[in-house]
Amino acid sequence: MGLLKSSVARKVAMALSGLFLVFFLGQHFVINLSSVVDPDTFNSWSHFMGTNGLIQFVLQPILIFGVIFHFVLGFRLELQNNKARAIRYKSYKGQLSSSWASRNMLITGVVILAFLGLHFYDFWVPEIVHKYIESHPADAERYFPELVHKFESPVRVGLYCLAFVLLIFHLWHGFSSAFQSVGFNNKYSRGLKGFTRLYAVLIPLGFVFIALYHHFNQLHH
Amino acid sequence: MKLTLKIWRQKSAQAKGSMQTYPIDGIDGDMSFLEMLDVLNTQLIDRGEEPVVFDHDCREGICGTCSLQINGEPHGPDRLITTCQLHMRKFNDGDTIVIEPFRAKAFPVIKDLMVDRSSFDRIQQAGGYVSVNTSGNTIDANAIPIEKDKADEAFNAAACIGCGACVAACKNASAMLFTAAKVSQFALLPQGRVEATRRVLNMVEQMDKEGFGNCTNTGACEVECPKGISLENIARMNREYLAASLRG
Ligand code: SF4
Ligand code: FES
Repeated sequence: MGLLKSSVARKVAMALSGLFLVFFLGQHFVINLSSVVDPDTFNSWSHFMGTNGLIQFVLQPILIFGVIFHFVLGFRLELQNNKARAIRYKSYKGQLSSSWASRNMLITGVVILAFLGLHFYDFWVPEIVHKYIESHPADAERYFPELVHKFESPVRVGLYCLAFVLLIFHLWHGFSSAFQSVGFNNKYSRGLKGFTRLYAVLIPLGFVFIALYHHFNQLHH
Repeated sequence: MKLTLKIWRQKSAQAKGSMQTYPIDGIDGDMSFLEMLDVLNTQLIDRGEEPVVFDHDCREGICGTCSLQINGEPHGPDRLITTCQLHMRKFNDGDTIVIEPFRAKAFPVIKDLMVDRSSFDRIQQAGGYVSVNTSGNTIDANAIPIEKDKADEAFNAAACIGCGACVAACKNASAMLFTAAKVSQFALLPQGRVEATRRVLNMVEQMDKEGFGNCTNTGACEVECPKGISLENIARMNREYLAASLRG
């Protein structure tokens, strides 16, 4: 793994891919939020994202690669770390010295990955089929009804919310920890940590809010 | 004080070990944890049994030889002290105390509670020094003025006694805090800058070779370190490493 031969290099790679995903999450959130504020804006932004060549054929593959990279590397590191303590302690009180979130990134990560699988199946696969296989003509109005329709099933909305709650934990540790990994630890770190924790809680809760909003809104009508 | 000790016993590096239970009585709150083990060993010897082997030397918190995972924490429940500085008054009459060796693939058990920490020595040998010309022209270190802040930070990093509690505490058995302290104490000083590039590259390489785990910033090391070595050192080492990699 040439470039990733040292543990420090792998740590930095984990951090950078994570920061990239955090950034993506933020922009995804802004677009989703528009569906609550104004369906027309949501439609036009989605249409732009779904038809712009640069986004579709350059940024989207980079994103998919980023997710796979972050997961595969994280999983490999976890395996290596398990091997680094072949004989376990009978008594180990990790909770006295570190947060649950920091010790369980694999668990929260796997749940998020499972959710991404569902998300791919729900949104991405139908999108690709619609656009590139069945070659429907572009319809800038279809996105909002499709989105609302996906939030009809209470089971799906439940799974959705669960994944986002676990995302809070993943980001709670991961986002601020990424800065430490790239070597950023100075007098601004406290403030930055506050920001990352706020982000870690607010953005996933925002996604949950949007899902519940559409779910309950259509029950009304 | 009456206590029940559950201690890891292992005859040799190859042998399979197990936890053994030893009731003990008459322990005074003013005794250190190691003195408590001395009492136990005296009793074991009197009974013709094998005493429990554990590491110790200075017994005043400066050499880094004592170890022990006590009730799930390296150096026991107290903060900023080593096992030899841990008083028995931290425990209550009737307590059960679980005592295990520091666990890491890179710290193999030699016997009972004694582990081989020479992997730390090899990391240190890979670059944790400043080369000095001793042919008679050696310049006095104090001839180079050093900012007070930097000197203090370097001193704080140099306070690491190489005990290995950071590794023992870490869920990944990572040696980042130790290595970072050793890199930092030189990186902050002008005398250390000369060999900075190869120092950090070589020490990290050796650390990885020894089979320590990868750091995931849980921060357990910093909490459990008897010398309060800060995570800032790890960030500094990461910066040093990145800069050194770019310099080649
Ligand atoms: S960093 Fe702290 S815990 Fe680790 S070896 Fe040094 S003194 Fe011990
Ligand atoms: S015996 Fe020296 S530090 Fe504990």
